[in-house]
Formats: sequence, structure tokens, C-alpha cells
Amino acid sequence: MKEISNLELIAPGHRACAGCSCVLALRHVLKALGKNIVISQATGCMEVISTHYPETAWRVPWIHVAFENAAAVASGVSRALKVLGKNDAKAVAIAGDGGTADIGLQALSGAVERGEDMLYICYDNEAYMNTGMQRSGATPYRAWTTTTPVGKEKQGKDRPKKDIPSIIIAHGSPYVATASVAYPIDLAKKIKKAASIKGPTYVHVHTPCVPGWRIKESKSIEVARLAVLTGSWFLYEAEGSKMNVTFKPTKRRSVADYLKMQGRFRHLTEEDISEIQGIVDEQCKRFGIA
Amino acid sequence: MKKVIDGNEAAAAAAKLARVKVISAYPITPQTTVVEKLADYVANGDIDAEFIKVESEHSALSACVGAAATGVRTFTATSSQGLMLMSEILFATSGLRLPIVMTNANRSLSAPLSIWCDQQDSVAVRDSGWIQLYCENNQEILDTTIQAFRASEELLLPVMVCYDGYILSHTVEPVDIPRQEEVDEFLPPYKLPNPLDPEKPVTIGPVGVPEYYTEFRYMLQNDMRNSKNKLVEVEGEFANRFGRSYGLIERYHSDDAEVVLLTMGSLSSSAKDVVDSYRKRGVSVGLVKVKSYRPFPNEEIVGALRNAMAVAVLEKDISLGYAGGLFLDTAASFVNSEHTPLMLNFICGLAGRDVSSLQIRQAVHAAAKAAESGEVKRTVNWLGLRENYRGG
Repeated sequence: MKEISNLELIAPGHRACAGCSCVLALRHVLKALGKNIVISQATGCMEVISTHYPETAWRVPWIHVAFENAAAVASGVSRALKVLGKNDAKAVAIAGDGGTADIGLQALSGAVERGEDMLYICYDNEAYMNTGMQRSGATPYRAWTTTTPVGKEKQGKDRPKKDIPSIIIAHGSPYVATASVAYPIDLAKKIKKAASIKGPTYVHVHTPCVPGWRIKESKSIEVARLAVLTGSWFLYEAEGSKMNVTFKPTKRRSVADYLKMQGRFRHLTEEDISEIQGIVDEQCKRFGIA
Repeated sequence: MKKVIDGNEAAAAAAKLARVKVISAYPITPQTTVVEKLADYVANGDIDAEFIKVESEHSALSACVGAAATGVRTFTATSSQGLMLMSEILFATSGLRLPIVMTNANRSLSAPLSIWCDQQDSVAVRDSGWIQLYCENNQEILDTTIQAFRASEELLLPVMVCYDGYILSHTVEPVDIPRQEEVDEFLPPYKLPNPLDPEKPVTIGPVGVPEYYTEFRYMLQNDMRNSKNKLVEVEGEFANRFGRSYGLIERYHSDDAEVVLLTMGSLSSSAKDVVDSYRKRGVSVGLVKVKSYRPFPNEEIVGALRNAMAVAVLEKDISLGYAGGLFLDTAASFVNSEHTPLMLNFICGLAGRDVSSLQIRQAVHAAAKAAESGEVKRTVNWLGLRENYRGG
């Protein structure tokens, strides 16, 4: 596994849930990035589990300021590194899907538009898991959350998942990639590439949440893999107008296999599932996935 | 070198003289020309700095936090709604102990929308752990901003230099601008004890669990209170080099005065004129100008008002549901002290409404009456209120 380094830059002993795929994704992200980075992290799961004063899990320089400003803080870090002549050090912003798709979108948009030299990483567990599973813009269609409950009138989220990578591509970012915690070598390659390119680059990592998705601790990677194998999540990279799908399932599996593993979709009827299958089929066409 | 400049240019010139390395700001009336001036400096190579032209004030201060934590001197400027948008990060900045300097062109808050001057914006964030220094004229803006960098970096506390929108921001006055070498001698290069550095990783901004949070706040409060000494010390050195000083408070004919006005910012100049006219007629009226609103100079104020019978606090802000902020803080200063003068509060000059010498005289008159009778008829008063709006 020469693609994955032996470096461990997130120390053990943090407070992540058993089976948390977000912290695993970050472990791989840091292995790929190495030590010469400065992280600006948004409020969220990965912030609160890693830095209970006086402890820290971070073996790289790290700052947390607020929820919505990771991209703005990283902009300041990036310019300061430039002023100090530390041109090899990379400013990295890390935020969850809420800190990226919702409350942090303005700061992210501003930073990408300005062309800041920084890598922004979104770990997407598809809801505000840190505060107890409330829906975010990145929560998928029909998913149960505590603010999209299953009731008599409404059952789950009635809006589709916000497509953040496309929004960043539309800004003219030189490199945008999607990845999954279930494909660590693909993730590592994309992180390395994103870090090597000057300017605002973006990697969006799909990371299942054990309590939020109502899955078993042992199943987070399997669920993440099924998202890709069913065409519910895509692995691609976009450099300017050039789009490269880095993994295409040879024989796409039924979306029901993915949904039925997760308690957050427990309320779906066969009809609901076939509606979602239709939506997924349509999205797969965009990426040339059969 | 003397130059005729407005308050905004004085702020920009001070930031330039401080050799700031990362500027991050968002335009807002009446601060706008600070941003424009700094953009000019950067575009012409007059200053070797990165200018992050952010998409909001929230990001402006956030970017300063990132840069300051990485180890470079930063600067931002704002006003009014912009300061409100920053408010979340104001608290974070002081909590993280980052020495960031900002200038705030004082302007009223919506609604109703107003672009004109009062001091509601900065008074509203007095609890944010920023040192707040209010200026009376453009020279003071320049001098205070230069000193702010030094004090801020020695204290590891952020400093907000406040000056009245339009009244100072857009009014030209002759300002003595020191030479770069002189400022370099006064202000050493920026140095942060533990910056974000890949060579020596640190974690900044961890979760403050209940077992520790209180001590963080206690240390911050202690250092804010003690910062008075540093402000005085820094100004003393500034005065030695540049010959100008202002004090945490200024006592203007106040030591022997029975009736004393208390003001912040440019209103102090108008009030001094009124004091002069009373003094010419032999009437014992004085003024205390509060420059440092945070840390609040309560001991200094109590000392300055030890002979006062009645004090009239004139201010351009109101803590809705109670009284003016400066008044409340002044009144609280006398808790547990031997002598407490009668105190009256005058809310005035909101949203750029002129405070006339006639209005200031009304305040003096009411205070004099209180001193004579020994009682205050109405504690909180509004100067220049339109007749039709006078309530019960």
C-alpha cells in the first residue's frame, strides 16, 4: 500500500463515535497531506471530538474559530504563510457538510472567487450530526433527521441534496474532486493532487455517520461503498472543464441495497424506493455510469 | 510632516506606518475610504502587504484571525452593521488572545437604516473583550492607532480604535504624520508567542470544557483590567517620542468643577467649547472625556469627579430598556465609593443629528439645578427630541 503513508497525524484517544468514518477519512487525508500544512477547522463533529482542552489529537498546526468561517480563516492563514515566505506550507480548511453547504457557503464562495491558495475539504455526513442529526442542505432526499421527522403529513426531507462540488466548479476552481471514505487510495490521490495545485481546490468526501444514518458501527465503510456501487455517490475529479470519473461500478447495484442498510430510510415504501431509483438513474447519466 | 487629511486617511496612514502585512476588510459607509486608501497603498507598492478583499465583515475579521494566528500583523476597519456582523468573531478574537487592531467609524444601527454617526455600534459590543479607545480628532486617530498595535501585541488583546463617522471620518484636519523610521523605533516587528507553524504544531481554539472555561474568562478579564497600566505606559513612551498624549480620561477644568460633563469622541470638542464659555463667566463647569471605554477607567473617573456635585453624561447610544451605556458604567464606578455625585444622562446626537451648544447648555443647566436642589428630576433625558414625540 505505497499510496498510503505510515504517518499518523491524528492521535488516538479522540472522542469520535465507534465506527466514525469522518475521523477515518481525516486520518487518510492527513496521511496524504503530510506535516507541512496549517488546518483551519469549522465547528462540527471533528472539531469537538479532537480538542477537549487540555488535550488535542492534532499533530499538525490547527485552529478553530467558528462554524461558518473556515474558508475565511484559511484565507488569512494562506496569505500570512505567503508573507512569511513559507511557500511550501499549505493552508487547509476542513468543514462538515453544514459548515460547507449551508452556514459556511458564503465564506467558501468568497475564498474560491478570490483565488486563495488553499485546499478546502468537506467531510459530508449528510446532516448536522454534531447537534443531533438535524437536516442540512446536504441531507439527501427523503432521509429522516430530527428536523425532517417521519410524521403523518411529511416523511423525511422533501428536497434534494445540494450539489456543492458543482457550485465550486462553477466558481472556476482549478481542481474539484469527490471522494469516499470507502475508497482511501482514490481519496489519497485526490488530496495529494488538490494540495499540489496552486489556488482554491476542493475535495468533498462522503462519510457515513453511525448514529445519524442509523447504521451499525461495523457497517460505515460498507454503506459508503454501497453509495458508490449503487450510483448514489460519485467519484470524480474536475479540472476546469475536464471531468474525469475515477471509478465507475461495472454493474450498478440497486439503490435499495444502499437505502435498506440505513435506519434513516426505514420509512420508505417500495414506491418511494423506485422513485429514488429513477432519480439516481438520471444522475448516473451525467457521469456516464450505466 | 503635517498633512491635511480626514479621519479615515489618518486611520489608513497609521496602518501603513505600522507596516501591517495582511489587511482584510469589506467596504461600508462611512469607513469606505479607509479601504480605498489601503487598496491604493497596496496597488502602488507603497506598502508591502496582502489585501484580502473579502465578501463580508464576518470574513474580514475571520481572515485577520487566521493571519494573526499564523504570525503576521493584521488590520481591518469597519463600521455599524459591519461591526455587528463581526460580533461573533469579536468574542473569538479576544478569547484566542490575538492582537488584532481595527478602526471603527462610529455609525448608528438599523432599523431605521441610517448611515450617520452615533456610537451605538461599538458600545453594543463593549463586552466582547476588545480594548475600545475613542478619538476626538484626526490626530488622535493616527496616534491612537499606532499605539494600538504596540499595546495590543504586548497585551495579546485586540484593540478597536473608534472615531465618529463623518464628523471625523470625512472631515479634514491638519495631522502631523510621523516619519516611518520614528514609528519603526516605537513599534517593534510583530511577534506572537505560539503561532501556527508546521515546524512546531500548536492547537489554537480548542473546546473549553466546564473544568477550564471559567479560568480562560478570568485570565482574560484580569488582563483586560490590567491593560490600563500598559495603555498608560505605551502612551508615555509615545509622548516621549512624539510629544502627544491623551490619557485614559482627559480632565478638562474638571478638578474643581461642581458641574461636570462626561463625553466620548468628537462630542468632547463641542462640550469643551461650552465649558470655556461658562468658565469665561466664572461658572465652575468642567468636562471629563472618556477615551478608554474598555478597559473602563472607573477609578480614574471617580478620582476626577471627587469634587463634582452633579455629573451630566452625554452620549450617542442607549442600552434599550435602561439608559446610556457610558452613563451606566459611570454610575457603577461609584459603587462602594465615599462620595457619589448626582448623575444625569443625556441621550443625544443619534444618527448624525447635530448636538448644538444650546443642547449641551441644557444639560449643564439641568445638572446645575440638580446640584443646587440636591435632587434629580429625571435621570435619563433626550436632548433635542422633536416636540411631538415627548412621552410622559
